[in-house]
Amino acid sequence: MFYREAGDYKTTYAEDSQTFPLKLDRYAYYTLLAVAFLVVPFVINDYWASAVLIPFLIWSIASLGLNILTGYCGQVSLGTGGFMAVGAYAAYKLMTSFPDLNIMIIVLLSGAITAAVGVLFGLPSLRIKGFYLAVATLAAQFFLVWLFNKFEWFYNYSASGQISAPTREMFGYEVTGPSASAPAKYMFCLVLVLGLAWVARNLTRGRIGRSWMAIRDMDIAAEIIGVNPLKTKLTAFAVSSFFIGVAGALFFAVYLGAVEVGEAFGIQKSFLVLFMIIIGGLGSILGSFIGAAFLVLLPVLLKNIMAGALGWPIDLAAHIELVIIGFLIMLTLVLEPHGVAQLWRVAKQKLRLWPFPH
Amino acid sequence: MSDSYVTPDGRTIGGKVLEMRNITLRFGGVVAIKDISFDIREGEIRAIIGPNGAGKSSMLNVINGFYHPQEGEIWFHGEKRKPMKPYQIAKQGIARTFQNIALFKGMSTLDNIMTGRFNQMKTNMALQMLWKGPAEREEVANREIVERVIDFLEIQAIRKTPVGALPYGLQKRVELGRALAAQPKLLLLDEPMAGMNVEEKEDMSRFILDVNDEFGTTIALIEHDMGVVMDISDRVVVMDYGKKIGDGTPDEVRNNQAVIDAYLGVDHG
Repeated sequence: MFYREAGDYKTTYAEDSQTFPLKLDRYAYYTLLAVAFLVVPFVINDYWASAVLIPFLIWSIASLGLNILTGYCGQVSLGTGGFMAVGAYAAYKLMTSFPDLNIMIIVLLSGAITAAVGVLFGLPSLRIKGFYLAVATLAAQFFLVWLFNKFEWFYNYSASGQISAPTREMFGYEVTGPSASAPAKYMFCLVLVLGLAWVARNLTRGRIGRSWMAIRDMDIAAEIIGVNPLKTKLTAFAVSSFFIGVAGALFFAVYLGAVEVGEAFGIQKSFLVLFMIIIGGLGSILGSFIGAAFLVLLPVLLKNIMAGALGWPIDLAAHIELVIIGFLIMLTLVLEPHGVAQLWRVAKQKLRLWPFPH
Repeated sequence: MSDSYVTPDGRTIGGKVLEMRNITLRFGGVVAIKDISFDIREGEIRAIIGPNGAGKSSMLNVINGFYHPQEGEIWFHGEKRKPMKPYQIAKQGIARTFQNIALFKGMSTLDNIMTGRFNQMKTNMALQMLWKGPAEREEVANREIVERVIDFLEIQAIRKTPVGALPYGLQKRVELGRALAAQPKLLLLDEPMAGMNVEEKEDMSRFILDVNDEFGTTIALIEHDMGVVMDISDRVVVMDYGKKIGDGTPDEVRNNQAVIDAYLGVDHG
């Protein structure tokens, strides 16, 4: 069995532009979906769900969102944590104001509200670029966290200043609240991840995605082919913030259950998502997943090795973990600025010729 | 000159596509373009020449809206043009290439040329998210037009190559392809042959002539290579220090004393 396109003829343009042009890739993708939907829900336990799978799914949505803005449209943002907080607080207010509203609708509405906020903070992007835009979005990060701490209306005047998710059901299964089961939470996140990844892929492959990349690569040339820079950048901010808002809502309602804004959605979360897309690959859907998987799995793995197997103190292990992640980010930036996704592409290219590279 | 004329090689040139009337462009105290008027007629190849710093590129930037002249009027297809943003002018059907290649380096040749179809693609965001249905049909329909451009420019082999990896001459060709994909009413070429060797120049000249011949595209170009300009253009505007010093057929321009002075220098002795 060889991994190559020889004999795999494309007779239409639609076939030529499909997501997985190689048969083997397509089969691998279908197998992965089948395992994710039909096997994992039955074998999942609480540890795997809360330590690995659910965080991976939620951070995938967030890094897809940031990748649309930064990787595809070239607008650097350090406001991811703040926008996730908007999604979380929107979900909380919606859940407590409309107890009968379906949780799926609540999560999507939270995304929509975050999109609106994202557009607002995206307005400066017409005037400022690169480093300066990053600083402007950093302001959004601090402002939003401050806002949710300052005004008690956002956390329904609770004494602790925390928000906690009430129990909500989907098809009779509890997906939020203290007694929600691991498979239900996992399936809920999985469906959203799949749907949003599909949307991200469709948006980036067509007219809108090309206009984003045109703005990223050369904004002057984009303008002379008819791309309206303001509209295009704001669309990217809107779509990106929608994804990040959904991730924030899930992070609060499904994963943590109770949240204190400064702790859960601080600046370190903005950097975490940025690191995910840098390591995974800027401007790549697959890269968003790889980056999320990497930065979710690596700490778990390191903790198990250093604190578990070697018996080192927890705090030492936590510090070494930071050092290793920092080092890996530098390594990625120097050796492969397009991330692991690019390494994967190169590997596939080599594999197509293997074992006859000449 | 009457409203239409016939070129020596038998093509009929139509009415005015674009007319510049008394354009003056200033940057602070510097006058880049001083009271220039000329027109571009349907189906012709119009060259703008002049020594370095004569204001040629500024003129193109005025035409596609990067610069807004302080004085003068621009008439496009018989209507006076209001001050517009470059992307609005692109929607009117003016495409251009740049002196320094302005391709989207992170995208493939195919995607670069597909961006040229941006104005002709209309499906909204909701349909784009679904992809299957109208968005995919539109993509395929535009892909067919783009593939014709790719065939025409003989760049089939580099369809999926990222343009950043292509040699200079091919990048110039891809950039021409992107402008052609828009099926423009007026095509502006800013030094399409700068930095090319003789073979590449011949290829590019052939493409420019073929575009004009096969699609009837009106072309305005800036070029330094006098041999090329005199060979392929129907009429030539000559600029020097922001002023127009000559306008006419290549032969008329070649024998114009002001033009000869500007290029060869005047004996001040």
